[in-house]
Amino acid sequence: MSEPKIDGFELKPGFKGMASDTASDQTMFKGVHWGKAMMWIFLLSDTFVFSCFLISYMKGRGSTPVEWPNPSEVFALEAFGVPVPLLLIALMTFVLITSSGTMAIAVKYGYEKNRKMCGWLLLATALGGLTFVGMQAYEWSKLIHEGVRPWANPFGAAQFGSFFFMITGFHGFHVSIGVIFLFIYTYKVFAGHYEKGKKGWFTKLKGDYVEIEILGLYWHFVDLVWVFIFAFFYLW
Amino acid sequence: MENTNNIEKIDKKEEASTHKIGIYLWIWTLLFVLSFFSYMVDWYQFQGMLRWSLILFFMFLKAGLIMAFFMHLFWERYALVNVLLWPMTAIACFIFLMAAEFQYTLFSRLFYFVVGGGA
Repeated sequence: MSEPKIDGFELKPGFKGMASDTASDQTMFKGVHWGKAMMWIFLLSDTFVFSCFLISYMKGRGSTPVEWPNPSEVFALEAFGVPVPLLLIALMTFVLITSSGTMAIAVKYGYEKNRKMCGWLLLATALGGLTFVGMQAYEWSKLIHEGVRPWANPFGAAQFGSFFFMITGFHGFHVSIGVIFLFIYTYKVFAGHYEKGKKGWFTKLKGDYVEIEILGLYWHFVDLVWVFIFAFFYLW
Repeated sequence: MENTNNIEKIDKKEEASTHKIGIYLWIWTLLFVLSFFSYMVDWYQFQGMLRWSLILFFMFLKAGLIMAFFMHLFWERYALVNVLLWPMTAIACFIFLMAAEFQYTLFSRLFYFVVGGGA
């Protein structure tokens, strides 16, 4: 996030810097907390999981001769007696982006050691995530009520249900885990764990506000995956 | 060991200088606007290549903004950025392979369903 400075080691910019960082016979990611590097590696592996889901969805949708259900009709919602296409999905997108924004600002206030603002923004992020999960539960129960099953549905190609439940279910699971951790970290920030130097997760080292950035990486990733699901599953 | 200690010392000093809140608010607004546009693609029922290219354009723009600024990749050193972004080419290859595969599956399904395998 910031340009680190190391005695006796010249940090070059750009690709030359990448070569010398990698060949430096010491930590490769200069100035990056080990937890942050590990979170990035986890997110990279998670990217592959979601990619496999979306690619299998592409393969399934592309290879069926039966017509695919029209998502803007399947996911339409009645508002004031008029069916609005994708209304719930649009709301979910806006809620998730809102919570991503509050998370980014919470990270900023965390680094500035502004405990109160960081805590409130984390709480707002957690509530946004909870709203998202609630809306998704509503969406699921609505579709199940309309007869959508992993093996069949009344709108078109039978593969629709299994891809829908698997992809949005796995994403919703990520959001739920994120919400749990957001509440835990809201507590940790308000209780002043980082000012008191309480120990962090999976370590005996003292915790620090960098943990908020690590949590933020996870939360932004959840938002990032939703961008792709929104484009490929709901809009395509 | 010495170097690690130095990093920690310097990190403490630099924590005071974070990014201005304005940049986050700007990116936030942009994400809202782009999401609104991609919703409009469905609202006006654009079809065909126009629809797909618009969807992909807004999607990549949003993903790029989130990764670059919310996830701070714009400010990270290339050693980390490249480790994270190059594996994406493997995903691109996989997409390419499976796109060829689904066309072949669709072709053989239609071939056997309609022509009965040509027997």
